[in-house]
Amino acid sequence: MKQIKLDSIQSLFKALSATRTLYLPVDTPAGADFKKYEDGVLWSGALNTNRSAKDFFFPQTENMMDFKVEGKTIEIIEPIRPDEDFVVFGVRACDARSFELLDKVFLCDPVDTYYKNRREHGVIVTVCCNKPAETCFCTNFGIDPTAPGGDVACWQDADTLYLQANTEAGEALLQSAADVLAEADDSAADGVKETVKAIMAKLPIQNLDLSAFTEDNLLNLFGSEQWKKLSEACLGCGTCTFVCPTCQCYDIKDFDTGHGIQRFRCWDSCMYSEFTRCAHGNPRLSQVERFRQRFMHKLVYFPANNNGDFSCVGCGRCLAKCPISMNIVKVIKALGGANE
Amino acid sequence: MQEAMMRRAKELLADGTVNRVLGWQKGEFAYDHTPAVFDSADQLEQFVYDDFTAANLSKYLVKETKQEGKILAFLKPCDTYSLNQLTKEHRVNRDKVYVVGIGCEGKADVEKIKALGIDGILGIKAEGDNFVVETLYGNQTVAKTDVLAERCVVCKSRKLMTYDEILGEDGEVINSNRFDMVEKLENMTADERFAFWQNELSRCIRCNACRNVCPACTCEKCVFDNVNSGIANTAAADSFEEKMFHVIRAFHVAGRCTDCGECSRVCPQGIPLHLLNRKFIKDINELYGEYQAGEDTDSKGPLTNFTYDDCEPSIVHERGVE
Repeated sequence: MKQIKLDSIQSLFKALSATRTLYLPVDTPAGADFKKYEDGVLWSGALNTNRSAKDFFFPQTENMMDFKVEGKTIEIIEPIRPDEDFVVFGVRACDARSFELLDKVFLCDPVDTYYKNRREHGVIVTVCCNKPAETCFCTNFGIDPTAPGGDVACWQDADTLYLQANTEAGEALLQSAADVLAEADDSAADGVKETVKAIMAKLPIQNLDLSAFTEDNLLNLFGSEQWKKLSEACLGCGTCTFVCPTCQCYDIKDFDTGHGIQRFRCWDSCMYSEFTRCAHGNPRLSQVERFRQRFMHKLVYFPANNNGDFSCVGCGRCLAKCPISMNIVKVIKALGGANE
Repeated sequence: MQEAMMRRAKELLADGTVNRVLGWQKGEFAYDHTPAVFDSADQLEQFVYDDFTAANLSKYLVKETKQEGKILAFLKPCDTYSLNQLTKEHRVNRDKVYVVGIGCEGKADVEKIKALGIDGILGIKAEGDNFVVETLYGNQTVAKTDVLAERCVVCKSRKLMTYDEILGEDGEVINSNRFDMVEKLENMTADERFAFWQNELSRCIRCNACRNVCPACTCEKCVFDNVNSGIANTAAADSFEEKMFHVIRAFHVAGRCTDCGECSRVCPQGIPLHLLNRKFIKDINELYGEYQAGEDTDSKGPLTNFTYDDCEPSIVHERGVE
């Protein structure tokens, strides 16, 4: 294990950004978001960023290809694949788990080469949460914030940051910053871990009953009378889906540039009226069905196809951000118990 | 107040005046209440009204007044402006709503509490002029005035514009300083102003929450949802489109926006969208005479009426010169 004093953390950021682009959570006028590190940029102390870290591998919009039209010929131009190595520092355990869930979607056959390319160029440095919020419920999904994962995991106490490499890429990253890091005892972060574990035990929504969300129970859940009430106030906006680290639906569109076509993909939302629009329109006619789709996907369909893994990491962003405060925890509480 | 509201709701359900009640349902925490329709006295046990029942309920009446029977709506002063405007635009059938107007002292913004560095909120109790916030990390006391929502800090009116009965005290129209920030923006150079909005709008994720919550946005099909428009993307194709979305929306609600502030309340990225609308309100006041949308249900709006005193199109040039 390595260590560095927090008052010289800038030297670590300088070292990490010397060989590759470094992104880290930075305070904005409204909450924190990941920004590129430049001299003097300060690491935010916020528990979590407004937007999740999925942007690094699955950006909100990306160009897939261009078509250049001249007379009767169409030339297909492949976009330049970003081949720049980068490191994302300050990822929380929940977001780190979300990458594993996104991998299941994008790296299975046929492999999404755009996503894979970014995954191969990114190194993840996680940091243990020191002050979990009431909206945190990651433990329901087997996530342990005191073992936050990633290529390098970090813990911080009052004045020191401890770093532990989990992968070869992580070892190499720490090696590249060896000049500013000191050795630390492997048990140096144990005190922090114990403190955080004690806080986690007091979180109000850490013991949700998920027992009803099984493939066998799919039709019962699908047909539940409760969806109507749960979705009643839903505005049909895309906030929950866009701040979610595991929502992975996208649309592919052609943008007419005037002298060609830019084919791009962008995040889509099952909450929107145009989602999965076919010749006859959206197969889900009302907001009840769109709302149900989101939670059935996360709690039933996804686990049924992925060895029981729920497509939620309990980051709590949707709890904090939904304009009408309806969210997955309320849905789980309404439908998750054995009585449904 | 909550008790009185629940009692009145049960009475009005029991005597058949209404068959449903539009209010707020208790959340998981102290601050995350959800708008809800209650159709029985039993369901009303979940009813809540406190410093965090901030959502404007009037837009739900577009849908609800198409249902059978009359609905009881508990409306705050802000919400009554919206209802009047929706009635004027024939989007809500006012005859199918029984409005119980409720006095309002302003609503708290939990984001402001969190911004004070208060984390892990387990409970919030109102005690006089303060909130005692119980957290995972100990109790903290904050003054209510320090965590009042921005729109309430510069509240334009505590007067109920329409109601069938009142619970609590009706208030007065307030000579507020809500245009201060707009003036500050007006006093910037064009470049500074552009940089301000560029910075704010660059955070937009096109979730459409501002549009979907807006009581003035009630089009059956929004141009931004129409694939045939050529611009209907769930994400902006370029940074110009981001700005275009917000500017077009501000134009479309100009003269109809009551300044309820829901757009900024719901923005997950904390963009002060209400400033765009307030600029229009301020301009309309200056160019067409003082006008407050939602004050009544029958006057002609400044942009849908013609008078000889109206400003000439050349005003754009005159005011646009730096």
